[in-house]
Amino acid sequence: MSDQSEALSDLGEHVASSMPDAVRRFEVRHNELTLYAERDSIVGLCEFLKTDTICLFETMIDLCGVDYPERGRRFEVVYHFLSMRMNQRIRIKISTDEDTPVPTLVNLHPSAEWFEREAFDMYGIRFAGHPDMRRLLTDYGFEGFPLRKDFPLTGYTEVRYDDLEKRVVHEPVSLTQEYRNFDFLSPWEGMTSVMPGDEKGRPSASGDEEGA
Amino acid sequence: MADDLKAPGDDDRVFTLNFGPQHPAAHGVLRMVMDLDGEIVDRIDSHIGLLHRGTEKLLEYKTYLQGLPYFDRLDYVAPMNQEHAWCLAIEKLVGLDVPRRASFIRVLYSEMGRILNHLLNIGTQIMDCGALTPITWAFEEREKLMGFYERACGSRLHAAYFRPGGVHQDLPQDLIDDILSFVEAFPAALARIEGLVTENRIFKQRNVDIGIVDEEMILKYGFSGVMVRGSGLAWDLRRSQPYEIYSEIPQHVFPVIVGRNGDNYDRYVCRMEEMLVSNDIMRWCIENMPKGEVLAANSKVAPPRRGEMKRSMEALIHHFKLYTEGFHVPEGEIYAAVEAPKGEFGVYLVADGSNRPYRVKLRAPGFPHLAAMDHLCRGYQLADVSAILGSLDIVFGEIDR
Repeated sequence: MSDQSEALSDLGEHVASSMPDAVRRFEVRHNELTLYAERDSIVGLCEFLKTDTICLFETMIDLCGVDYPERGRRFEVVYHFLSMRMNQRIRIKISTDEDTPVPTLVNLHPSAEWFEREAFDMYGIRFAGHPDMRRLLTDYGFEGFPLRKDFPLTGYTEVRYDDLEKRVVHEPVSLTQEYRNFDFLSPWEGMTSVMPGDEKGRPSASGDEEGA
Repeated sequence: MADDLKAPGDDDRVFTLNFGPQHPAAHGVLRMVMDLDGEIVDRIDSHIGLLHRGTEKLLEYKTYLQGLPYFDRLDYVAPMNQEHAWCLAIEKLVGLDVPRRASFIRVLYSEMGRILNHLLNIGTQIMDCGALTPITWAFEEREKLMGFYERACGSRLHAAYFRPGGVHQDLPQDLIDDILSFVEAFPAALARIEGLVTENRIFKQRNVDIGIVDEEMILKYGFSGVMVRGSGLAWDLRRSQPYEIYSEIPQHVFPVIVGRNGDNYDRYVCRMEEMLVSNDIMRWCIENMPKGEVLAANSKVAPPRRGEMKRSMEALIHHFKLYTEGFHVPEGEIYAAVEAPKGEFGVYLVADGSNRPYRVKLRAPGFPHLAAMDHLCRGYQLADVSAILGSLDIVFGEIDR
């Protein structure tokens, strides 16, 4: 286990020292190496990772977006690469906002084409230089970006087949019952902060203990 | 939609054909807009997403345990292999150890899933090439295996059997005996299909040297699974990045099957051989399966046993809290991958310390395979498209998510 993490931090060190302008920092957690990279130098970094004889990350496993609405640059783009030769994996993260495009990796990894289309479809992340930027998974004519945190789970429109008009119609969504999003967080497990009302109970509770 | 269809230009030999979404050889709901030059494929534009159900979004609104059954609905041909990746991701983040017997049961059922998947795939691929009999034989065997699914977890398809920390219920001994007798009889059933198909002239004419995948293409397009092994690369996550007890399985029981030419036919042969290997692994698991617990005890991730709940108040409270609030996964992120029958199925999980995932990305093996469809089919004939599609092993549940 520790050998593996050591090898990963050596690898991270190697990449960070070879591409100091592209890599901000790296970390090894749960036996996985994560590089935090600069958005604009992602293509150069991936090219280095692909061709460098120590790295050889030639297979693009995955590309996805993650949304953090509270951050200034709200989107993270997460790349996963695999090196079949070195039997090693790496994760690269960059951040962007709604307006700034990310350089595309299509020329380096053709498999990125659909992954980037999906990230655009789900989050509205733009990729500069992508040859065919269309929506991928959502319906023809869909509006909005469904995986953003501010997009409601139920969506905005619903579809049905209208027998009179003989076609599929789109209507604003109407629920007979609101989606019930329960808040189950309780002091049972994993409570990180003070629960509402705790401040009232605390002094007297400690007083009781002292009394007993 | 109409603007996708190319207007007839100067060259009147190129025309556009719409394949699917209701074509039986489209393996579900795939729409391909094909540019044809006579019978030669010029370009394929795949339209996917007709089965998109927003699984990744739904998972963000469910507790970790409630999210589990969605994984059965991804690749519904081999449901438990998907659950496996989800459980591995959670276990890695929580730092949970799986009891040894549960590991054996997981491997046993994962290999069963592989046989389920390959039986369906070769059955349908053979049918796409014109032979109608083998699929009925394949489905007969699938039916028996789904019977084992049902006896382990109560449902034939949507199992929800693998749980974080182990598997839900222990297997009764008579079920294990029945699986063993299936394992003894299965190679003969497979030989029957093989005798009809493998050396069949028509099948070979439709598949040999069609849809050739080379090493460069594998790396460029991010292939995994049989798509890699069919081309002669011995890459199998069960061997190269082993999880569960795969590293303990001896080499003569579990060799990595590789093809040579990387064409449709080699992938078919690989799948046939892999089924026999899976069969051997199942037998090995049954023969070496230890006794013991199947769910991590006292972990607050797995429910307490029924008997305990009758006597212990803590157990009752834990049970209640587990099925309402669920368990909390510490903050962090993880990528867990398994060698699903179709290739590398991965779960990228971002946890924020609460009882629900912050973000889940499902890496479906069929997704990059289908993305390369345009590149794979260029220059082949229209009739080859359905043969290539069949050998890609496409299931839309996982591609569209």
